[in-house]
Amino acid sequence: MESTADRFVDNAHRALADETLQQAMGHVRVNFIEKRRLAVEALPEFEALRQAGRNMRDRVLADLDKHLLAFEAKVLEQGGQVHWCVDAEAARNKILEICREAGARRVTKGKTMIGEEIGINEFLAAHDIEPVETDLGEYIIQLRHEAPSHLVAPAVHVTQKQVEETFRQVHRDLDAKRDLSEPRSLLSEARTKLRQKFVTADVGITGANFLVAETGSSVIVTNEGNGDLTQTLPRVHIALASIDKVVPTLDDLTVLLRLLARSATGQEMSVYTTLSTGPRREEDHDGPGAYHVILLDNGRSKMLGTPKQDLLRCIRCAACLNHCPVYQAVGGHAYGWVYAGPIGAALTPALIGLDHAADLPNASTLCGRCEAVCPMQIPLPDILRYWREEEFKNGAAKPGRASQSIRRGLRLWAFLARHPRLYRFATGIGRRILAGRAGRAGRLDKVPLAEGWTVNRDLPAPSKRGFHALYRKEYRG
Amino acid sequence: MSETAIKNTASGPLASETPRDVALFVTCLVDFFRPNVGFAAIKLLERAGCRVSVPAAQTCCGQPGYNSGDAASAAAIARRVIEVFEKYDYVVVPSGSCAGMISHHYPKLLGEDKRYAERARKLAAKTFELTQFLVDICGLTTLDVSLDRKVTFHDSCSSLREMRVKAQPRTLLGQVADLNFRELPDGESCCGFGGTFCVKYPEISDRMVTEKLANIEKSGADLLLAGDLGCLLNMAGKLKREGSKVESRHIAEVLAGLLEEPAIGEAASREER
Repeated sequence: MESTADRFVDNAHRALADETLQQAMGHVRVNFIEKRRLAVEALPEFEALRQAGRNMRDRVLADLDKHLLAFEAKVLEQGGQVHWCVDAEAARNKILEICREAGARRVTKGKTMIGEEIGINEFLAAHDIEPVETDLGEYIIQLRHEAPSHLVAPAVHVTQKQVEETFRQVHRDLDAKRDLSEPRSLLSEARTKLRQKFVTADVGITGANFLVAETGSSVIVTNEGNGDLTQTLPRVHIALASIDKVVPTLDDLTVLLRLLARSATGQEMSVYTTLSTGPRREEDHDGPGAYHVILLDNGRSKMLGTPKQDLLRCIRCAACLNHCPVYQAVGGHAYGWVYAGPIGAALTPALIGLDHAADLPNASTLCGRCEAVCPMQIPLPDILRYWREEEFKNGAAKPGRASQSIRRGLRLWAFLARHPRLYRFATGIGRRILAGRAGRAGRLDKVPLAEGWTVNRDLPAPSKRGFHALYRKEYRG
Repeated sequence: MSETAIKNTASGPLASETPRDVALFVTCLVDFFRPNVGFAAIKLLERAGCRVSVPAAQTCCGQPGYNSGDAASAAAIARRVIEVFEKYDYVVVPSGSCAGMISHHYPKLLGEDKRYAERARKLAAKTFELTQFLVDICGLTTLDVSLDRKVTFHDSCSSLREMRVKAQPRTLLGQVADLNFRELPDGESCCGFGGTFCVKYPEISDRMVTEKLANIEKSGADLLLAGDLGCLLNMAGKLKREGSKVESRHIAEVLAGLLEEPAIGEAASREER
């Protein structure tokens, strides 16, 4: 997927001015935060589960090669195939090869973020294979030629009215008089269209929430059942997974499943949790004739053994997005690439390079709410800070016009902070100037060099005399 | 100023016969913008039976550099802070974010520093946010102050999530006679300050503080309190820009009954100054 992460500030500016988007984003807070809170409250062992899940993921990452090889062996044993793909290009080519071998002209797709990461839809379309998204949200944004803006609710940035407009535009046979004002009627319209696609698809591509080494299964969780139709009806099933998705056993899987739905949507379980294990066996009533797993690295193995490794624990529940005030304000597209919100701000620089995403780790107040709700206890603020340190060390990209003066300012501040007399002298000058300008007003509405502050708010005036001077006078006479 | 008396009602393991030797970490924002907060903190600590020192060599905790990627400068400042403060029994800070910097981040920042790692951990363990210290360590539960206002309280992110302070300010505000407390809706959301964030990304910051103002409005309060001056400067600055009547103060000013200063960002009244 093409990135615009290097234009975050412009993206954010447009998003903040987009009233329809702002209206749509209002639902994030209402829908997700409260539901998660209630689900977590209702499960006394949630914290213990969280700790267990985190520990298990850490154990897996410490021996990732071993678990992946075990998974592969089990898949092969059952007649499936595993394809190790070092980057997006390798994955795209392998998928195309499989599709061509199957003589595929139409591919149905379940929700897959890896599919977004490698830009599979555009690639297949360019090779005369029609990709059809079957998750309702994904279907909507495919019709609108947009990327998902949320890990769990890809079309969260679209209002219901916009969905109706899009359907009326694209579904040419749609009766103009038909009432589409209810979500249910939109759903049924999408379903009618998708049913035809499901039965005529040659290949089904899904993501994988997890891979189970013990059984060689790929696991998807959905609420619409579209994923099941995608992976069972076509002749060939391709599951796309990054290498961090593997868990050792079914018991380990259940720990993550219990955390995932609660953290994502406040459900105890998703409506469908489906394990795909190999191609159709003789005694099976249905299922694909061939089963492939694409194992994508795309920069992840390089994160192992670095402070970024913790990001590989992520189970893509999107709780960090839902609770992030920056995500709530600007939406997912402003982040400019596949992954939005705090996880996106931390992961994107690792996958596409800090130079191409330098604003993302900076555009955070480090408020810590993401880490507080992360079921995998990923220290997201620490990782954002790590990127800031990398950027500072490399003098890399330039978030904001004033980056060099900010650097000089920080150095000067650090020097003064270690020299208390100079510090008091220097801050004293600034304080007196500002206090003088403010006079009796108690605040300033313009401060040179601090327009970033005063453009939207006043600056309360500083005290005429600093605390330390007053204190020496009062307590020491 | 009304005469206030604050009793130390601690008993059992919290009670202490010898006064606690407390160093006040004033913070640069209190020094620069609002000395009254420092004096309020001293007053509260003394009434809670502490012997309060204000080390003269203190400046900043190093957060600006730390959060902007300049870890080396932040570490240099952290080592200075340790040298200045480690000899006291406790370090108390009228700010969740500066307290969080010392108690949460110093041990990470200096974890590899042979001479300072252990000292950073020790300082971290005895550093507290002001209301946390007053309630959890001093057992201060009654205050003889009153304030007839509708009050709401903003939990700063670092106070809430790094220092795990939530009940303590509410416990203390519950002891202020006549005070009508209103919880802030969506109270765990950031106000949009974020240090340099608010000047680097003014548009996003503005959206966040605008949301916060809407919730302050919903609370029905006419006085906004918080334990962090950074958040307060941001919210008060926005409240005043929008012409709101809601006033803003640091919680210590109310708890200590030191309310002679105009509220944050308010004009001085004619008789004074």
